Amino acid sequence: MAIDRMIPELQGQESGRATQEATRTPRVSGARRRPATWVKRGGLSKLLFLLPLLIVFGAFSWYPIVRLVMMAVQHTNLVQRATWVGLSNFSLVIHDPLFPIAVKNTAIFAGLALVFGYPVPLIVAVLMSEVRRLRGLYAVLAYLPVVIPPVVAVLLWKTFYDAAPNGVFNTILGWVGIGPQQWIQSQAQAMPSLVLESTWANAGSTIIIYLAALVGVNQELYEAAAVDGAGLWKKVWHITMPQLRAVLLVTLILQIIGTAQVFIEPYLFTQGGPANATLTVMLLIYNYAFGNSLGASYGKAAALSVMLVGFLAVFSLIYLRATRTWSRQ
Amino acid sequence: MRAWPIRRKPRKRDDAGPQSFVLSSDWRRPSVRWGLGTTHVVLLILLIIIGLGPILWLAKSALTPTLDTITSPMAWFPHGLTWSNLSSAWTNVDVGLYMRNTVVIALGSWAFQIVVATTGAYALSVLRPKYGKVIMALLLTTLFVPAVVLLVPLYVEVVHPPLIHTSFVNNYLAVWLPESASAFNVVLMKRFFDNLPREILEAARIDGCGPFRLFVSIVLPMSRPILGVVSIFAVIASWKDYLWPLLVLGNPNLQPLSVRLPNIEQFTPLGVFLAALALTCVVPIVGFLIFRRLIVRGSGLSGALKG
Repeated sequence: MAIDRMIPELQGQESGRATQEATRTPRVSGARRRPATWVKRGGLSKLLFLLPLLIVFGAFSWYPIVRLVMMAVQHTNLVQRATWVGLSNFSLVIHDPLFPIAVKNTAIFAGLALVFGYPVPLIVAVLMSEVRRLRGLYAVLAYLPVVIPPVVAVLLWKTFYDAAPNGVFNTILGWVGIGPQQWIQSQAQAMPSLVLESTWANAGSTIIIYLAALVGVNQELYEAAAVDGAGLWKKVWHITMPQLRAVLLVTLILQIIGTAQVFIEPYLFTQGGPANATLTVMLLIYNYAFGNSLGASYGKAAALSVMLVGFLAVFSLIYLRATRTWSRQ
Repeated sequence: MRAWPIRRKPRKRDDAGPQSFVLSSDWRRPSVRWGLGTTHVVLLILLIIIGLGPILWLAKSALTPTLDTITSPMAWFPHGLTWSNLSSAWTNVDVGLYMRNTVVIALGSWAFQIVVATTGAYALSVLRPKYGKVIMALLLTTLFVPAVVLLVPLYVEVVHPPLIHTSFVNNYLAVWLPESASAFNVVLMKRFFDNLPREILEAARIDGCGPFRLFVSIVLPMSRPILGVVSIFAVIASWKDYLWPLLVLGNPNLQPLSVRLPNIEQFTPLGVFLAALALTCVVPIVGFLIFRRLIVRGSGLSGALKG
């Protein structure tokens, strides 16, 4: 904090020194805005250091964002000039019979991922924080799936989900007397199967975030609670959970935002099948833009992308509003 | 929010750690000791089965003849080991070539990300131009736009770039440059630079150190920890990336492993395919074990930053 307060002073000194110099040399005196003064004050080196960032973000982040919005209201086919079509891309998307299916499936994926994947990392992290020996080993084991490249994880689990009676998971189910399942080939089981793999692949990073947050819980609170006669459960419930509340709220929204964009699982496991049971919004965007052999409809893809971003932005804002007071308690 | 660098609290030997809700007084109660001890053993076994199990299975299957893996996937080498899966994955399926491509892509995007993040963060944090606040705001805005929704405009831009008029399809620059536009890196780096002691920077400036010398000889050497974190995450992210390289690298000879693997699935015997998957995992797993502390600390940090 002290450093931050020092900065304006330092800058003040610096510019003061520069103006002194400026008055000494008659050539630039009184011309505060002249390029020579600007260079002398370091304006050029500042700009030079910013240049890579400005170029890269300008070309690959800011410009595409603007272009996305433009494409959503244009008809683009890369050969002819783009033409203005107003909101017709949006109306084409909304009236696409696949659109409600994709939205529903994405909601199901996000919901199932919350049910499977939200409580598990928390429980594991709270238990792990109490481990006295080999805690590093626990952390390595929990984080290992995260370092597996997602493509490898999906393709590996695709092998596990082999619907033949001697597939990996069906063999394991056979040991406990359960008959072979269809897994990703069945309309009903495909989505839960995708969620299961995605939970396996992502839980580790959430566990690590919780572990880092658990370090920050004030030990004196536990000691005070123990003096008041609180047992282990009461300590976890009345001290650990409230202390983690801010982190829990953030991981919740991050997980929802992440799962709303799920692509690689439905694309590689099932291509959206069987019978569109795993067609998600991102997959639909991909299909509009790149999957259609009859010609790409970039406009529809852009319109759906804008709708996705818009939804997520509005959702996050409402979420932050609704939980603001709650997370500060 | 916690300030970087995280200071390690001294570890007390008699207690489990500063963040423990199980106090030493609790540990003296036999019910707690046995209950928690059992829970921890069960947890360890579950973590081994769930976290390590699939990877062990993959390693085992890479060394098992295809027929054995198909007929009895959970059996432990019913007809012995075979090394031919690995060798034919490396030569016939060209895993070697694709791994080289993956490495080239990862190193390139690492280099670009480091250059953009360090110079940008240095300018925003130390040099502080007047318009820095505007740029920072624009950077933070991009954090709210998920990268995947920019796929379509980015793709169109790479195929038909404005001003230049040469397609960048099948050019590694098309992968390196967009990946280096990571606001997350810049914010992380800037936060670190903000916490560097200003006295040292000011002393160097008074001694006549120009902005470039200050950057190369003082700021960068002092930033090794954050450079490590950003480097590792850049390489991991690039190794994991799938959809973007799939779109812009159409030539199979340029594609990284992640893009090739789904394509070779249909034409390859299961054993060889699983061997290729296993080979793809070797570098990330070994890298993770070497840089474990850095990675785990970095992920905790990224969580804190997002919070």
